[in-house]
Amino acid sequence: MAKDTSVNSIVSLRDSHDLRRIAARLRAEVVAMSHRAGTPHLASALSCIDILTAAYWHVLRLDPAQPDASNRDRFILSKGHAATALYATLAARGFFPQSTLDSYHTDGGALAEHPGPRCAPGIEAATGSLGHGLSIGVGEALAGRIGGYDYRVYALLSDGECNEGAVWEAALFAAAQHLDRLCIVVDYNKWQATARSNETMSLEPLGEKWAAFGWDAHEVDGHDLEALCEHMDRVPSGSGKPTAIIAHTIKGRGISFMQDDNNWHYRIPNAEELALAKAELDLP
Amino acid sequence: MRNAFADEVTKQGKRDPSIVLLAGDIGNRLFDEFKLAAPDRFYNCGVAEANMVGMAAGMAMCGLRPVVYTITPFITYRVIEQIRDDLCYHHVPVILVGTGSGLRYASLGATHHSLEEMAMLRTLPGMTVLAPADGAELRACLRDALRLDGPVYMRIGKKGEPALHAEPVEHAIGRHFLLRDGGDVCLLATGVAAANALEAAALLEAAGIAARVVSVPTVKPLETGLLEEAFGSFPLVVSIEEHGLIGGFGAAIAEWYADRETPVGGRLLRIGTADTFMHEAGETEYAQEHYGISAQAIARRIERRLLARPAHMRLA
Repeated sequence: MAKDTSVNSIVSLRDSHDLRRIAARLRAEVVAMSHRAGTPHLASALSCIDILTAAYWHVLRLDPAQPDASNRDRFILSKGHAATALYATLAARGFFPQSTLDSYHTDGGALAEHPGPRCAPGIEAATGSLGHGLSIGVGEALAGRIGGYDYRVYALLSDGECNEGAVWEAALFAAAQHLDRLCIVVDYNKWQATARSNETMSLEPLGEKWAAFGWDAHEVDGHDLEALCEHMDRVPSGSGKPTAIIAHTIKGRGISFMQDDNNWHYRIPNAEELALAKAELDLP
Repeated sequence: MRNAFADEVTKQGKRDPSIVLLAGDIGNRLFDEFKLAAPDRFYNCGVAEANMVGMAAGMAMCGLRPVVYTITPFITYRVIEQIRDDLCYHHVPVILVGTGSGLRYASLGATHHSLEEMAMLRTLPGMTVLAPADGAELRACLRDALRLDGPVYMRIGKKGEPALHAEPVEHAIGRHFLLRDGGDVCLLATGVAAANALEAAALLEAAGIAARVVSVPTVKPLETGLLEEAFGSFPLVVSIEEHGLIGGFGAAIAEWYADRETPVGGRLLRIGTADTFMHEAGETEYAQEHYGISAQAIARRIERRLLARPAHMRLA
């Protein structure tokens, strides 16, 4: 189906260096937010920045001026603990002003450590307890079909989240219903809160699992913006199946002293670490 | 009651294209007419209740009105967090219908009993909790629920429950229904327990006690005007439910009673099931006797309570 070009692909793939610059700015923002607010889950936010960048600057058909448009593409941050990544993305994309972002985690502010229901324009669902977002997305995809819309629904899951049984209930149902306008991206950073994902629960072979559940499954480098855009663009795939993109990522990606170090699931950067991070990202 | 539900949801589904019916792999043939009328709005969601409830939330966020149906324990206990986070926190208009509530499925064993679920759902912000007494109340509850903007839980019986209303009921949420009048004691019954309350009233009459019986299908929010009136006019008000004493209908009344600034005249007697599982086999009537909520047990409790009152307050 033809896309509504007025609201789509604000950055084309020819300008992927722009996407990389956007991603760097978002990384600096989430490190600053974690430092300022004293909140954890920084490494989990950093691992999905490229996925959010690809989604919001290239893939999703969205208009920040009309965040409730009925035919908008939906993006559900099922891994709600990466809320800073979503907040920074939505602010940079113009859904709400920087002042809202600055009020993150302040008493009485709109933005809590996990997104609340419609807590700010562009927030599709309240998440925080893992394993809820995909089912909500399945319902939205089904509602789209019933209502005759052509919007697509994307849900971003964490690998730890795939421990939850409800994820697999949703996977089975979506496949049975041939919800080809539904796409999940698994931010497969190989860590959950306190241990290596595959030592905790046997996720491997994760792509094959989703394929066996009836999905079009693809494994990509979750920091390759072009690859992410290409795969997320290919929804619906034409096969009649929902799409699962297993995005191989690195927890803490982009900041050398945080990368693949699970201490940064909970650690909060001090002023010196914030400055170091910004310098690495080549940002003031 | 489930036939009344199937018939009413089909009627409403034909009128309103936003109504979607989700079932958890039960109701074989029960929804054939709905499926025929709206094949794209009926989904058998399989034995996967967590997904079913989350999905209903997603559908409601897109403007649909999902009605979600399965056996009570599976649509309450099993999915309490989905109900809390996906339905209540988002305050979306999803109607959960639990069938075979209370001890309707007594013979299937305690996994299929639901004697605690109203307590759980009553605690959730924005949730409306309904327990219609018969098919007529159920139909009105469903129609009223479809007009609300937030989540609703309705516990219903299965089949063969007696009709307590001779005429159709128009509205039921926030309403109460006088099933029998009497001046000595007031019985407030919710859900299928209203039938036992009526039978108990007949037994009490034989013992010279005139009981008023009121059916109260809305457990949350409580109809406080009714309570003011009942406790103001009767020396004894009795709550009756096929549900546990902890957190249910009687407990809700007790909370209201305890928080009152000025005391009310009447005393409260709560009749419901004890804080135990039933470990032996038995049909519904056996289970009701086991838990002391049969008509005979209700009548015995009330008679004893009235006789225990100080002499000057006893019945003539």
